[in-house]
Amino acid sequence: MIGSPDVVALTKEDDFGEVYPDPSVLPEDFSVPLFAHAANANPWTKTSYAKFSKDFILISEFSEQVGPQPLLTIPEDPKVCGTFDLNYFSLRIMSVDYQASFVGHPPGSSYPKLNFVEDSKVVLGDSKEGAFAYVHHLTLYDLEARGFVRPFCMAYISADERKIMQQFQELSSKFSRASECLKSGNRKAFANELQKKLKDLEYTRSVVHKETELQKMNNGCYSTQAIEKANELANVEKSIYEHKDLLRQITSYPNRKRQDVECLQPESEAPAKATGSDVAFPFNHSDAEHNPADGDVSDPRPSYTPQLIKAKSAKCFDKRLKTLEELCELASFHQTMDQLKSIEKSFRGDLCYIYTSQIDQILLGKQKITNFLFESDWGNGEPAKHFEVAGLIPHLDLPQAPDGSGEPTSLETCTSFGDSVHIKLELESVDGPAESSPSDLTQETSEDAADIETKGSFSSDKSIETLGAVSPSNLHSHLDVMGRRGTSDECSGTENGIFFDRSTVSSANAPYEKSSAQPGAFSLLDNDSTVDVYHTETLVKVDTACCMGQEGFIFEEPEPVHQRCGETVVKQEPLSLLYGDLALQVDFAGGEAAHEHSPSAVLSFPNTLSEDVARMNVEESSDTTSYMSISTSSDRAPSPLGHGNPVTVKQKKKAGQSALKFIRQYPFAQQAIFCLLSGRTLVVLGVDEGTVRKLVNALSIFVPNLGRYAEQVQPWLCCPFQLTDLQRWKLIGLQRIASPTGSSMLYSLSRYSRYIGILDADNKTLRCPTYKGTLIGHIADHRTQIKRGSTYYHHVQNMLTQLTAKAFLYTFCHHLHLPLGLEDEDAVVQRRTTFLYHLGFSEEESKIVHYLSGLIKQRYVQGPCQRGIQPVFAFNYTTSCLYKI
Amino acid sequence: MLRWILGGREAQGAVEKSPTLFIGEEQPKNPFTELQVLKGHFDIVRFLVQIDDSRFASAGDDGLVLVWNVETGERLMELRGHSQQITAMVAWSLINADTSHTSIITASSDRSLSLWDPDTGNRVQTISDLQSSVKCLLVLEHLDLWLSGGNELCVWNQDFKLLDIFLLFLFVAVIYKLAVSSKLEVSVQPFRQLTDHHDSIRVLINVNDGLFASGSHVGELIIWDAVNWTIQAYEHILWEEPHCDGQAEIRFVSQKQSDMSIHHLASNGEVVILAAVGSGLYVYNIHSRNVVAYRKMAHDSNVLHTMLLSDGQLMSCSEDGSVRMWEMEPLPLPAEPASPGFFGLWSFGRSSKQTCPPVKKVPEVPILKSLELTGDLIGHSGAIQMFLSFGEKGLVTCSTDHLVILWKDGERQSRLRSLAVFQKLEENQGLNSRMST
Repeated sequence: MIGSPDVVALTKEDDFGEVYPDPSVLPEDFSVPLFAHAANANPWTKTSYAKFSKDFILISEFSEQVGPQPLLTIPEDPKVCGTFDLNYFSLRIMSVDYQASFVGHPPGSSYPKLNFVEDSKVVLGDSKEGAFAYVHHLTLYDLEARGFVRPFCMAYISADERKIMQQFQELSSKFSRASECLKSGNRKAFANELQKKLKDLEYTRSVVHKETELQKMNNGCYSTQAIEKANELANVEKSIYEHKDLLRQITSYPNRKRQDVECLQPESEAPAKATGSDVAFPFNHSDAEHNPADGDVSDPRPSYTPQLIKAKSAKCFDKRLKTLEELCELASFHQTMDQLKSIEKSFRGDLCYIYTSQIDQILLGKQKITNFLFESDWGNGEPAKHFEVAGLIPHLDLPQAPDGSGEPTSLETCTSFGDSVHIKLELESVDGPAESSPSDLTQETSEDAADIETKGSFSSDKSIETLGAVSPSNLHSHLDVMGRRGTSDECSGTENGIFFDRSTVSSANAPYEKSSAQPGAFSLLDNDSTVDVYHTETLVKVDTACCMGQEGFIFEEPEPVHQRCGETVVKQEPLSLLYGDLALQVDFAGGEAAHEHSPSAVLSFPNTLSEDVARMNVEESSDTTSYMSISTSSDRAPSPLGHGNPVTVKQKKKAGQSALKFIRQYPFAQQAIFCLLSGRTLVVLGVDEGTVRKLVNALSIFVPNLGRYAEQVQPWLCCPFQLTDLQRWKLIGLQRIASPTGSSMLYSLSRYSRYIGILDADNKTLRCPTYKGTLIGHIADHRTQIKRGSTYYHHVQNMLTQLTAKAFLYTFCHHLHLPLGLEDEDAVVQRRTTFLYHLGFSEEESKIVHYLSGLIKQRYVQGPCQRGIQPVFAFNYTTSCLYKI
Repeated sequence: MLRWILGGREAQGAVEKSPTLFIGEEQPKNPFTELQVLKGHFDIVRFLVQIDDSRFASAGDDGLVLVWNVETGERLMELRGHSQQITAMVAWSLINADTSHTSIITASSDRSLSLWDPDTGNRVQTISDLQSSVKCLLVLEHLDLWLSGGNELCVWNQDFKLLDIFLLFLFVAVIYKLAVSSKLEVSVQPFRQLTDHHDSIRVLINVNDGLFASGSHVGELIIWDAVNWTIQAYEHILWEEPHCDGQAEIRFVSQKQSDMSIHHLASNGEVVILAAVGSGLYVYNIHSRNVVAYRKMAHDSNVLHTMLLSDGQLMSCSEDGSVRMWEMEPLPLPAEPASPGFFGLWSFGRSSKQTCPPVKKVPEVPILKSLELTGDLIGHSGAIQMFLSFGEKGLVTCSTDHLVILWKDGERQSRLRSLAVFQKLEENQGLNSRMST
């Protein structure tokens, strides 16, 4: 995790900057809360007039019987909507409906025709309600509905207008996927329904036919009854013909669309559900072959018994319409709901938070070489996430996307972008998507025209302000960036190929240095030195590409790095991706300039944060209590690592809380962390399983290359360990038992003592090599003012990222490892030592860099899996000493 | 050391009273800072044989022969065929014109002999149903012959044809000198019996063209002249107070026999012989005919294998599971107090009565150097059977814990990895396309 969103989000210039012009002088009235509405837990709620507490997704229908009505919300918790009038809002969003619900008998055709309508996407706002929404309209087919179509819409409703506007593309793309899923399920269901209906009709025809014959025989050919029956028969036959035609139409749904859906499928779905995809989309070619154009109704449901259809089916209002669930195949429906839930989850929280995590993801994507060291949620089989990021922010895509999915996705995104007709943008300025405009639908161009016509109608409703869709300026700059992509990528690809972006963001750790001096004012600190997120260090900024292979690499900044800017607070929110990228690609020092351009700098903080904060608090308190109960010798193990489950960030944040406790409790925490970071296996020895597990859990956030399933950690071991175990595990919880087994365990401890550090949880001692440096002091300061585990976790991640950046630089600097010219090895070693010194590492701390660098090298050369080759276990011979409390 | 962990008083005492020297954790002269555990065997690994610069073979009680790459630690070949434990293994280099090819000959308890090609993993030749299982193998490369020794001594040519066989009678303290009389008609006959050892002979090594050395179970070390079969020097290692018998040799009864049994001899071909006696190490200079350095308790347990490196450096491995590296330092100080026992040194034929206390005897003996421990390698959990040095490429050890461990110089490996990184970087032309594989 690069930035720590929950830290950044809480600071805002215009809220506090003026109140405290000089942070060193605490104002008298410091304790007085500035926020008037003390009852509201979240002082950042600017849009408190919104009647709902957080963003939600609303699905509404324009019912032909009762008009617009809300169907369901995600999340379903009624508290989310609060007093917000869903009925009223449904009316609003459905009123802008446009859909060419024109079905029936088009002129020149005697049969009803199905309309394969594109979805439409609208952004609208209701300032009175304080609600803004991204609205995605779609139609589903229903045999019983008027014109066979039922208009629906899915709306993402937020109190933050900017969030909707700036996340429009992503919202649009995600909702399109959900909609496609829903619609394909609906088509399947519709086809089934049609087939049933056809059977009914066939049956009816045979019955009517018999009756007609009977009438003819009884009453003669021209009797009234006979004519009536003949008419009825003709009607039924016509109906059969129409239904067959409908069935043909629905089964011949344009192939292109279906393939789109199929190719979207694996990305939009969690891997665990991959098996369900076959079920969800059974409506494919094999089914299409059953196309009953020749009248032969193949029978997919043999158990179905045809029913007689009354000649005049009652078209009245007491007819029950199908629910959304019935309209759609069950599997598809549930899949769509899951997708919507994940959409809700992914957009949860502050815009700033979303930006930060997006930037985070993109930056992570740029440094695949080192991600394995400390990043838990990257590169471990999460192609979906990467796909989205790469696709939605095409201008940030790496020049050579590893999975090759970048190009089609960005096209697809642009397509959906272009599809929404409300957005007046010059499509021709984007040459890519022009080819994939809606006219790809070759069949119903006339209807398309009609669509557009009807779509114009929304503006007639005056009470709704349709926001300037995506504002032209935004779009313009976005397109600019896209246009510039070629060149900017080149420069980032080659010259800055080794440029390490994340190091800059990680300078956000600065607040903690300051915070110890001013208790209580931690996150509100504000001082004169404005250091934005993209502040960088001179040394790391050295372009490695130019020092590779060149002679006489000179350090221009001999001053050790850790003495730099000590009093900084990140006062600026993370930039939006559109601008953040500029800032990233242009010189980092020019972050100030990017800051001026950025409209995001005046972002208001919506109220959506409160829920997150509340959630975190809950986590925290539960965490704290569990720790307490553990420390009073409970043997309940907290959030066990590993056990075959991937380690989540959430677990790590919890571990952060334990780590914080550990640091406060043990004065030798720094030495223990040094042990882990320098690759020396740390054994936590204790009688009580709970205590040991807790310690292991706490320390696990410092283990480099932890592995997705925390393979490097053995939380509880009850037998003596071998050398190979030390190679496999970098952090071991060991049971202390008084038995023969125990003594042999202790024997192995003393035998391998040169390879391990031993943390005795019972006696509170640590035996490991000495460490006296200051670097880890920044990571683990026992006087730290950080209160929350997740905050601390982010802080640690920042520091580790910084370390990783330096290790990366160290690894890939040519002249540090290879002699130039006729130099001998000593000169290289000398240069290496000097380099590390200038990076601010003492001799001890250099071991950390060496270890990390070794891991990077190994990973780079061998790749993530090293099958067949036994792993290498490196160590060094240093004396250990015993630390006590 | 870890007494705070061990907790108990007695453990503490045991640690402190241990007479073994302990080097501590700081070992600046120890270059081996990286190891690779090579797993593959499932029983005791007893033999290591170097094939060429980068390959070696390991064999043991599981009947498997595994061929490894010393640089990467890869397992290259698995030679399966023996149904029982392997009792001897040698490498045999056939040099034809400009090509040289190395094969491996193995002998097993299943009374068979096999010739393997380590490149292909094929079993080239097999001889089974021998009368007895072979205990040792010897290749005479200049004659293109090899010998196997068990209950009988067999001479074989390179096509695995039996040329001659001679039944051996095993007598305690009798050494048979066997010679190949003719190159064309190879036959083996007892040539001379050397009967100067008083107990079974444990080791016999060739020092150089003119000399060979043998060591016996009771700690006798005899240097023989290979030309006229006379004894050049005779050493006897003493622990307890010596008492003299009629001859110059000193006998001792109170000591456990195994404590002074010579387990291994190593020579650098010129002047120095390294003897592993019990758990001690002795360096003997042939020219000056005296012990130049010794450590009575070099290991906690019997020393099983030793090696002389250049620059007066030695290496030894032991049943205690450690490999120790020693350096001979030109310090005239006695390496350790000689109180519990001492090492006496007399040339053959030198008659002297040992009556005075041994402590006073020591200064008379010109001990020129002391053996200083420079480092130890701890990794195995069982006795280390053997080790094999590849120079700067590393050291291979094999042990009863079924493991083979490759010890390497971490600095060097790190440098090599850096080279590999930059090579790959060049191939990929930058960092961007790297992770695509």
